[in-house]
Amino acid sequence: MTETGRGRTGDKVFSGLTLAAGCLILFVLFCVAAFLLWQALPTFGAEPTALTGGKGFFAYIWPIVIGTLIAAAIALVLATPVGVGVALFISHYAPRRLAQGLGYVVDLLAAIPSVVYGAWGIAVLAPALVGPYTWLAENAGWIPIFAGPASQTGKTMLTAGIVLSVMILPIITSLSREIFLQAPKLHEEAALAMGATRWEMIKMAVFPFARPGVISAVMLGLGRALGETMAVAMVLSGGGLIASLIKSGNQTIAAEVALNFPEAYGLRLSELIAAGLVLFIITLAVNMIARWIISRHKEFSGAN
Amino acid sequence: MSKLLTDAPAPVKRNTLTKNQLPGWAIWAVAAGSLVLGAAASSLLGFSLVSWALISAVIFVIAGYLVTLSVEGARKAKDRFATNLIFAAFIIAVVPLISVIWTVLQNGIAGLSYNLVFTSMNGMTGMVDNQTVANGTEVLGGAYHGIVGTLLITMWATIISVPIGLLTAVYLVEYSKGGALSRGITFFVDVMTGIPSIVAGLFAAALFGLIFGPSTRTGFVAAVALSVLMIPVVVRSTEEMLKIVPNELREASYALGVRKWRTILKVVVPTAISGIASGVTLAIARIIGETAPLLVTAGFVNSINWNVFGGWMTTLPTYIYRQLMNPTSPTNVEPSMQRAWAAALILIVFVMLLNLIARLIARIFAPKTGR
Repeated sequence: MTETGRGRTGDKVFSGLTLAAGCLILFVLFCVAAFLLWQALPTFGAEPTALTGGKGFFAYIWPIVIGTLIAAAIALVLATPVGVGVALFISHYAPRRLAQGLGYVVDLLAAIPSVVYGAWGIAVLAPALVGPYTWLAENAGWIPIFAGPASQTGKTMLTAGIVLSVMILPIITSLSREIFLQAPKLHEEAALAMGATRWEMIKMAVFPFARPGVISAVMLGLGRALGETMAVAMVLSGGGLIASLIKSGNQTIAAEVALNFPEAYGLRLSELIAAGLVLFIITLAVNMIARWIISRHKEFSGAN
Repeated sequence: MSKLLTDAPAPVKRNTLTKNQLPGWAIWAVAAGSLVLGAAASSLLGFSLVSWALISAVIFVIAGYLVTLSVEGARKAKDRFATNLIFAAFIIAVVPLISVIWTVLQNGIAGLSYNLVFTSMNGMTGMVDNQTVANGTEVLGGAYHGIVGTLLITMWATIISVPIGLLTAVYLVEYSKGGALSRGITFFVDVMTGIPSIVAGLFAAALFGLIFGPSTRTGFVAAVALSVLMIPVVVRSTEEMLKIVPNELREASYALGVRKWRTILKVVVPTAISGIASGVTLAIARIIGETAPLLVTAGFVNSINWNVFGGWMTTLPTYIYRQLMNPTSPTNVEPSMQRAWAAALILIVFVMLLNLIARLIARIFAPKTGR
């Protein structure tokens, strides 16, 4: 009798523990929002002149929001075609035996710490891009985003965007690859049997099936690019909002916080936390949309 | 019929199946041609290996399209074009990986020394570095305090995250019945994987700032920030592993009269333990290289601190960052650069080792999925 009783208690305690752990996660996410809001509140009530820039919180935040969006946009424009191409290469083009190994090689890109990417950006990429930037400024300077004179250190928004694109590439690739592999084999074989070339088969059988999955993969990449801190903080020599991508200038929220937080106190501290809150809301929205697209197509949900 | 066949003039030997098809060597000929043309064109612009490769690749893709178009027709040409672009995408993706690893190896091995691994930066000022450069002696000071900090903070983050992550996964797989709560948890765990690391750092800083006064920075605050990033990864991988445990095992255990919680602890979890262990290892590999949350939570010091609950701590990523961005001696940056790259090499070796261990665990203790 006591044996049974103890077993029942054990059952109750254990199921209660697991439930508590699950609820704790929801609570933590709620706390992240709540504490950020709590600590950011002084900013919203403060005199506009007391804040950085002296024109209120909105005037402070919108240039770096735009900067964040620019960096993420460059990263997406560069990484999406390459990422989808690599995913196709691994799923449909590479020899079967090589495919898994190659997938692992691309996953290695995700394992490299962001600070190492930042160091690589400063030491290798930025100096290598000075030449092309000068050429762009001379030959395509009439386009606002390539307006000269080009930075002589290469530490510009475009460089930061390129580093970001390398960092989000494995996310886009691994998710897209999973989905391409799940495309119905019978559809593919039917297309090939009708005499379609490999590319026509991919266009007719694989892409229509994989489109929502690829979109959500790109959205998750976007979420990562928006929140990535160190690569931008190290590679970009920041400044005010400018249109040219090959001059020093622009800043992202994450880099602004990381660069200024260690020395901040008082109102400046809550101002930076408010900036973090804005970033949190933007990435939360992007991620929720991406996850919502995935969950509508349940068969992709295992891929992450 | 047979008369027709034998009488037909046969000046061309190729049969109809291979007509309008490029011979196998054609693509190599196009490749060789575009390499030569690329060399010529890039030498006009001032020769460099990069421009040679780029121009040759562009010529190859276009020439491949045109040659196929002239012999095999538009559809085949488009197929060839797409194939070439996809191969190019793969090469483009591998180039930065090789470049990053090469750069770290090249710069890091030079700085790797006994001093770097076993001494801290305590007492290292710009003067010391200036003298090192002036006398050409060995670089003093190292990343020992960073290694200690990284290991301690990662350990604490693991201690916090693994129980919570495991229990949540057990709840999702074993106890929940697909209700609103479990769907909510699954959804928000997925959303949490996308939280920017800097926001996790700000959360921990705000939380402890509220309780212990502003600017509280210790290793433990950093561990809390990292566990916000680590928990969702642990939950997701454990969930996947628990799902593939065959139901027959659970039912056999129930049939013997074993309680549910003992079934989970003694049957389900041990069956999936290899997958869980490798998932946890991968999660550790992910957070060990995080930099941004540590900048705002753990502070930065030059001396060794073994106490995560008091005082500022340095970790390898923040050490690399500081040495690169604020060199110890502003006039002679070489010693700082050397230390930073060597520390980066150590960090990458840590991460790669963890990845390797995870794969070994997963392979050696192969998932015991039934027969």
